[in-house]
Amino acid sequence: MEVTITNIRKEFDRFPALNDVSLKIASGELIALLGPSGSGKTTLLRLIAGLDFPTAGQIFFGEEDASHHSVQERNVGFVFQHYALFRHMTVAENIGFGLKVRPKATRPAKAEIGRRVSELLDMVQLGGLEKRYPNQLSGGQRQRVALARAMAIEPRILLLDEPFGALDAKVRKELRRWLREFHDRTGHTTVFVTHDQEEALELADRVVVMSQGKIEQVGSADDVYDRPGSPFVFSFIGESSHLPVEVKQGTALFQGQPIGIPEAQDGAADLFFRPEDVALVDASDTLFGKVIACRRLAGTRIAEIDIANEGHAPYHVEIEVPLHAPVEIGSDIRFRPTRWTLFRH
Amino acid sequence: MTNITAASTRWRLKQPSIIPGFGLTLGFSLAYLSLIILIPVAGLLWRSAALGWSGFLAILADERTLRALYVSFGTAFVAALVNVVFGTMLAWVLTRYRFPGRRLIDALVDLPFALPTAVAGIAFASLYAPNGWIGSLFMPLRIGYTPYGIVIALIFIGLPFVVRTVQPLMEEIDREVEEAAATLGANRFQTILQVLLPALTPAILTGFALAFARGVGEYGSVIFIAGNIPYVSEIAPLLIVIRLEEFNYAGATAIATIMLLISFAMLLVINLIQAWSRKRYGNV
Repeated sequence: MEVTITNIRKEFDRFPALNDVSLKIASGELIALLGPSGSGKTTLLRLIAGLDFPTAGQIFFGEEDASHHSVQERNVGFVFQHYALFRHMTVAENIGFGLKVRPKATRPAKAEIGRRVSELLDMVQLGGLEKRYPNQLSGGQRQRVALARAMAIEPRILLLDEPFGALDAKVRKELRRWLREFHDRTGHTTVFVTHDQEEALELADRVVVMSQGKIEQVGSADDVYDRPGSPFVFSFIGESSHLPVEVKQGTALFQGQPIGIPEAQDGAADLFFRPEDVALVDASDTLFGKVIACRRLAGTRIAEIDIANEGHAPYHVEIEVPLHAPVEIGSDIRFRPTRWTLFRH
Repeated sequence: MTNITAASTRWRLKQPSIIPGFGLTLGFSLAYLSLIILIPVAGLLWRSAALGWSGFLAILADERTLRALYVSFGTAFVAALVNVVFGTMLAWVLTRYRFPGRRLIDALVDLPFALPTAVAGIAFASLYAPNGWIGSLFMPLRIGYTPYGIVIALIFIGLPFVVRTVQPLMEEIDREVEEAAATLGANRFQTILQVLLPALTPAILTGFALAFARGVGEYGSVIFIAGNIPYVSEIAPLLIVIRLEEFNYAGATAIATIMLLISFAMLLVINLIQAWSRKRYGNV
């Protein structure tokens, strides 16, 4: 099911949680809404589900305008961060609930519900646990029951709110891979909310980066990491350093010193680069400074460098240096970004 | 190894925690319980035992005793049932909606705890008597001086028990659970009946048990509105007082013992149901 969101605004007590958000989700896509807390990602998910209604704007399911449809009419699968299982029902009753509450005309027979439930249990690899109660299951198992329950109603789209947020790191990684396979098998249009960029980048076909009620960038993992569209995306995704620079006569100056970065247009700008995109160079027009700290990180070494020129307050950046490079605390170092982005003010 | 552990801990019901004072607190609890409950109850049983089996059974078989017990337990049961319905509803209104005067109503719920029950009884009697404000509206159906009046007094007395046991659990219900039911297609009615109420069952049962137990023992508010007509609206506690006034101590304690046994049996059953539902629904 294709979902189109056009110019959505949502206010809570006149405080805008979402501001003019538009997004097109293709059928069968796995999309991540990524952003810090308060960015409006969960609000957007709840608007798609119909758990909240927009102040302005429309939501289309395919060609149909669903903006004013109730949550029951929308037929969406929603998985909550804390599972929201019905604790007085067994696993089987939980999963069958959506079928059992259907009006008589469309409700499957009891045996049919039972058959569907065991099919779904097999699909989420929990066969044999139908008679358990939720409090007898582990966190990962509960989340899979919640997913099976959402899938039982044959939803048009599947929405997951921080699905792995309450799980420990190991289970989280497993479930992440498992959800990807699950999606590839079932082909449901899926939207999930997360604040964990690793999760978003690894799992999603496309990532929607959000901040302060707006969409900052939509793109594949490569797009948002390698070609960040805004200063926010650059600093939010992955590690990065940023310097305020001044462009004059075709080159960027940091605190008045040329740093060997060519740029055509004059004016103030912000220079962003990633720790791994630097090279140690021996030249005069580079960034330079003293090594403040040095730490080993898996296969590389991270050096923290104070690059402030004389008479300026300390300005620390972190860069990756080769293991064999002669970097010692207190020593001078010269380097230049090899890949960077300049954002003009 | 296991033998030694078993031997050294045999007399303990449960391994005490590392926090000191287990012996002291348990000793105090037992002494307190004995003074307040066990010794009086034992005295009661001992006194009524003076009657012997045949005397005891004669009192039990007495028509007036039976009617009084029937009125006491019947009215308490009906009142507790009514309180379960309306007390749960009241708790719902108080936890779910924000409206002016909510805190006032919330405070009013506790009034039956604080008000001298005789005051409530007199107020009810004057309102519901056949010539009272409300009672006159219902004529020729008599409310005051009949078991209906007793039920009304007991509803008043038992209401806070239901509201105050259900309310905290209701406040704890996760909004997400309701939303989950809605996304699965359940309408409001189905959500309340199949999702919310079952989760509240243990609390509702507790509230019922408390309201019922309180109703069975209630005396002050009931005697004013009941009319106290033997065989019709005379409650067992009143009959006990009457027997005492006749200096028939054995008769009084015998009725008390019977009440005690019935109450104990009913509370036991309710507790078993609670234990079962707790086991099923997890820790609630």
